[in-house]
Amino acid sequence: MSYKYHQFQVVGRGLPTETDEQPKIYRMKLWATNEVRAKSKFWYYLRKLKKVKKSNGQMLAINEIFEKNPTTIKNYGIWLRYQSRTGYHNMYKEYRDTTLNGAIEQMYTEMASRHRVRHHCIQVIKTATIPAKLCKRESTKQFHNSKIKFPLVFKKVRPPTRKLKTTYKASRPNLFV
Amino acid sequence: MPFKRYVEIGRIALVNYGKDYGKLVVIVDVIDQNRALVDAPDMVRGQMNFKRLTLTDIKIDIKRVPNKKTLVAALEAADVKNKWESSSWGRKLIVQKKRASLNDFDRFKIMLAKIKKAGVVRQELAKLKKETTG
Repeated sequence: MSYKYHQFQVVGRGLPTETDEQPKIYRMKLWATNEVRAKSKFWYYLRKLKKVKKSNGQMLAINEIFEKNPTTIKNYGIWLRYQSRTGYHNMYKEYRDTTLNGAIEQMYTEMASRHRVRHHCIQVIKTATIPAKLCKRESTKQFHNSKIKFPLVFKKVRPPTRKLKTTYKASRPNLFV
Repeated sequence: MPFKRYVEIGRIALVNYGKDYGKLVVIVDVIDQNRALVDAPDMVRGQMNFKRLTLTDIKIDIKRVPNKKTLVAALEAADVKNKWESSSWGRKLIVQKKRASLNDFDRFKIMLAKIKKAGVVRQELAKLKKETTG
């Protein structure tokens, strides 16, 4: 499973000056497609919070954070701030996924489809794994059932490799399971 | 026509697309409407889209997300391998695999066997014809 968005931990600080020998070190966890973008994002956010820029700051560390348990299903709550055509809004969304990167990717694609918000207009405020009791959205709560059971209603039959795909078929497909 | 095969914990499914094509996997949990957590004795537990799975009639009795040992034990207890290989679907897949892996000598042997079988059938047919017309 390759994910588009990777989670990075970026650590940086302003450069030491005569007045400030030991400037405060700041750490951020953010999502980006690669390390270069992550560093850029880090300076973007840090500029908005502190009086420091990339030109008078230094990057101390950047590490990718990987999922600890990619084989367990978790409910992720994501708090985000996004820019719509009329202004900024906050939002809370829930996703069920095995990894946080997967949930973030789901979030970005959902925001793009439901609200036409592009990736650069979204800021992730906070993410958390939510225990099942505290989930707020019905669409995640409906899967909190240990005896879950449902049929697959429409089953489109696909050729097992893309090589065997044909534009025309001899007969109409049978969609029943 | 009510549905007979449900997506549920313990349902055995056949992978019909992708890297694990042809494997039998167990649905161990449901992530959301389109994806399930699947597991098999010879693979790391992972998520799979339902579009890549074809459900079978076989279902084993497991709790939600069992650990690997329990899963393998449950598969043994339900004797999934034999049930699958003796089902008509499973047998057809085995025959398909066999046919795809034949070499020329095997195909020659099959040709001879087919001719022999056709000869025996024709003999019996001739006998029956004689009885009805004679």
